[in-house]
Amino acid sequence: MPQRNLHPGAWWLWALGLATAASRTTNPLLLLLITAVAGYVVAARRTDAPWARSYSVFLKLGLLVLAIRMVFFTVLGSSIPGIHILFTLPQIPLPSWAPGVQLGGPVSLEGLCFALYDALRLAVLLACIGAANALANPARLLRSLPGALYEAGVAVVVALTFAPNLVADVGRLRAARRLRGRTERGAKALLTVGVPVLENALERSVSLAAAMDTRGFGRTADVPTAVRRTTAALTLAGLLGVCVAAYGLLGADGSVWALPLLIVGALAAAGGLLLGGRRAVRTRYRPDPWAWREWTVAGCGIAVAVIMVSLGPAFADALNPPAVPLAAPTLPLLPAAAILVGLLPAVTAPVAPRAASVSRPASVSRSKETP
Amino acid sequence: MITFEQVSVTYPEASHPALTSLDLTVPEGELCLLVGPSGSGKSTLLGTVSGLVPHFTGGVLHGRVTVAGRDTRTHRPRDLADVVGTVGQDPPAHFVTDTVEDELAYGMESLGLAPEVMRRRVEETLDLLGLAELRNRPLATLSGGQQQRVAIGSVLTVHPKVLVLDEPTSALDPGAAEEVLAVLQRLVHDLGTTVLLAEHRLERVVQYADQVILLPGGGQAARFGETADIMAVSPVHPPVVALGRAVGWSPLPLSVRDARRRAAPLRARLADLKPAPAPSPSGRSAGSAPSSGSDASTASTPSAPSPSPAPGSALADVTALAVRRGGVEALRRVDLTLHPGQITALMGRNGAGKSTLLNSLVGLHAPTSGRVDVAGLTPHKAKPAVLLKQVGLVPQEPRDLLYCDSVGAECAAADRDTGAAPGTCRALVERLLPGIPDAVHPRDLSEGQRLTLALAVVLTARPGLILLDEPTRGLDYAAKSRLVDILRDLAATGHGVLLATHDVELAAELAHRTVILAEGEIVADGLTPEIVVSSPAFAPQVAKILNPEPWLTVRQVTEALAGSEGSPGSVDIAGQI
Repeated sequence: MPQRNLHPGAWWLWALGLATAASRTTNPLLLLLITAVAGYVVAARRTDAPWARSYSVFLKLGLLVLAIRMVFFTVLGSSIPGIHILFTLPQIPLPSWAPGVQLGGPVSLEGLCFALYDALRLAVLLACIGAANALANPARLLRSLPGALYEAGVAVVVALTFAPNLVADVGRLRAARRLRGRTERGAKALLTVGVPVLENALERSVSLAAAMDTRGFGRTADVPTAVRRTTAALTLAGLLGVCVAAYGLLGADGSVWALPLLIVGALAAAGGLLLGGRRAVRTRYRPDPWAWREWTVAGCGIAVAVIMVSLGPAFADALNPPAVPLAAPTLPLLPAAAILVGLLPAVTAPVAPRAASVSRPASVSRSKETP
Repeated sequence: MITFEQVSVTYPEASHPALTSLDLTVPEGELCLLVGPSGSGKSTLLGTVSGLVPHFTGGVLHGRVTVAGRDTRTHRPRDLADVVGTVGQDPPAHFVTDTVEDELAYGMESLGLAPEVMRRRVEETLDLLGLAELRNRPLATLSGGQQQRVAIGSVLTVHPKVLVLDEPTSALDPGAAEEVLAVLQRLVHDLGTTVLLAEHRLERVVQYADQVILLPGGGQAARFGETADIMAVSPVHPPVVALGRAVGWSPLPLSVRDARRRAAPLRARLADLKPAPAPSPSGRSAGSAPSSGSDASTASTPSAPSPSPAPGSALADVTALAVRRGGVEALRRVDLTLHPGQITALMGRNGAGKSTLLNSLVGLHAPTSGRVDVAGLTPHKAKPAVLLKQVGLVPQEPRDLLYCDSVGAECAAADRDTGAAPGTCRALVERLLPGIPDAVHPRDLSEGQRLTLALAVVLTARPGLILLDEPTRGLDYAAKSRLVDILRDLAATGHGVLLATHDVELAAELAHRTVILAEGEIVADGLTPEIVVSSPAFAPQVAKILNPEPWLTVRQVTEALAGSEGSPGSVDIAGQI
């Protein structure tokens, strides 16, 4: 097994494939299967980088979504008619201008199941995104952006590295408050910590900007005026076209002209980006190659999505089990097998090179001196 | 390689120029050291070379700076990126990417070098700086010395002709500093890179410098010349130079090795004498040598307690303390007792657990096992407001402790926090740091002033035990000797002081007792002379020169010599820690 980083785009395609599959079903068994598949691949191929922990973070987020949904359902009731009434909350009468909304009232098992499945789908979508975050290095993904977007990409990378620094700053300053004998909490404490944290962040960005400037960031090549103008025109026209086409597609009447316009707009925007890249002089150090391993990983995700979508009509009941009448969900074999295809990357993806031995983090050392 | 022609820099809203009429040329392939007190314009001078002054910082630059033939007036920093490599004081602030290899490539990517060239140079640089094993490591997991080497490597890959470094070793332990300096020397020797370097810790770098630029500050003209010539007259100099000047060696030795070769007669003269107990105020057995009684250290003698007082008088007692943080055993089974009137230096590598120990004493970390007892309190359980009156910590970044927008407000807040009478803190500030107006923003103070203000804030609560984390980083010699005097006074009035430091000269000058930590364990604990003389990493320069005799500071030597000859020594030890 070779040791290299898989192209981050491949991981995202795989995860989005799983997410698409998840969005086609409310069968809890299938949804849990998707979560398990994503979790297994993450466990098999993640690194020890900080972002590799995001799968569990997203799982927790999913559980939170689930809990919120259930609470809302119980309190607000639902339109699902059920015969298995679990308990009845006192109902608060609402004025007539709020029809269809109820507070309290009977809570049925059917309704509860419906809400649970629905929320579970959302939670699984989040888990898929979490899997992509855990497996794909966000910095490397941004490095694969076209040259014209490079500067925007750097801004995002810098922002990403700032978040942990902010957290560390808040911790340090809260400790310093304690050294001054202060124990207040809440808004006031946040205020006394907040201002210095922002000051530190600002100072750090200024010194980073200086460092980047001295290292040649922002060097641009001279391009002829004509090319510059064409770039601007293409980008602008392309984006406008895409906007109008999207409007048409969402509305009722534009289905004939919207699709061609969308394609033309997208092409024009892509052309603008390509031309815009000429202004950037930078080159890329060891770009991640797109080889057969990338194809298999991305392919697995796409295959799962395509099969699930195409099985939709044949397995309508199994994929979206009706809430009424109440029945235990069954596991449809064919869709389940399709989802298992998503496991393949756990074997075919290369192992990311690991840092040999992780020593203790350096003490944060910052100083000094007025210029 | 670098030419300054009548260069003056004035920042906006500044009353006087940061740099005045500088006129000099740094030749190619030299290692040029920039020395001077805080605020003398060292950072500004470095900035003019990389073009950050005035393009990035603003301000007006008169005259002309040319680097490799390029005028910095017409070239922005990014246009100079291929000839000047700049490494700032704080490597993490310099990093743009997140792994070692990407960081090394970043500069070349910006300049648009061909992929094959980039690949080759990254490999070369990894070898040159000894980073090959770290190539895939996230930058955040590296130690301070490793980060500094990566920062240097990241600008080296574009093959700059000039390397500009601002205090590259200040935050490093002695071992890591040696690593970085070895790399710089290799660059100068093997690649002919011109290196321009500002540093306060002269004892670490002077021996490597070919030329020195001395910025005396206060409007005086800069001086430029061979290292030995400038060191002979410089008000700031390392102990080895001070010793050479004191005993009249000529030519002046710059390295411990030079000095040792010349020190045989001095060692013979000192053989019959005994050092005055290092910085010690106490009347220990070793204190039989005549002492002039003329300086701050001896003035406090009578009131100081003995370093091994009767049990029960301890300010803090740490028993079998272990602390785990984020899966790392930061401290294991540490036993330490701190006494009033004693100054203890805590030394060890970056990451050895020094800060964790200090933080445990003020209750920022709860012990995993063992216990900490500060005047009968358990710090992590005690109320901060109560603990404050027993123990105070000045953190590594004193600014963290300050959160008001003026010195006056800061002092008023400190009085309120501690329940002291209004004006207590202000009076302390006035005593420690006379002449600071109330309206000044703490941010606008110099590093040394800010440290003193933080110390005054801590002292407002009258704690018996004072902890300082790396207090001398970024301090110039004047600020440092002021701190020494303040801490000595505190010890003389019965405070216990524990300072974590990398500064071996400071420890030798100030500490009665030295504790060395390694990997969370105490590996040495005892009187400073006994601990540091035999240690290659933690011995001060004088001890290295006069080894095996137990002399630690220039002051001890000159006093002993003066005493033995019966005439007061009139040697220049000013500016010397």
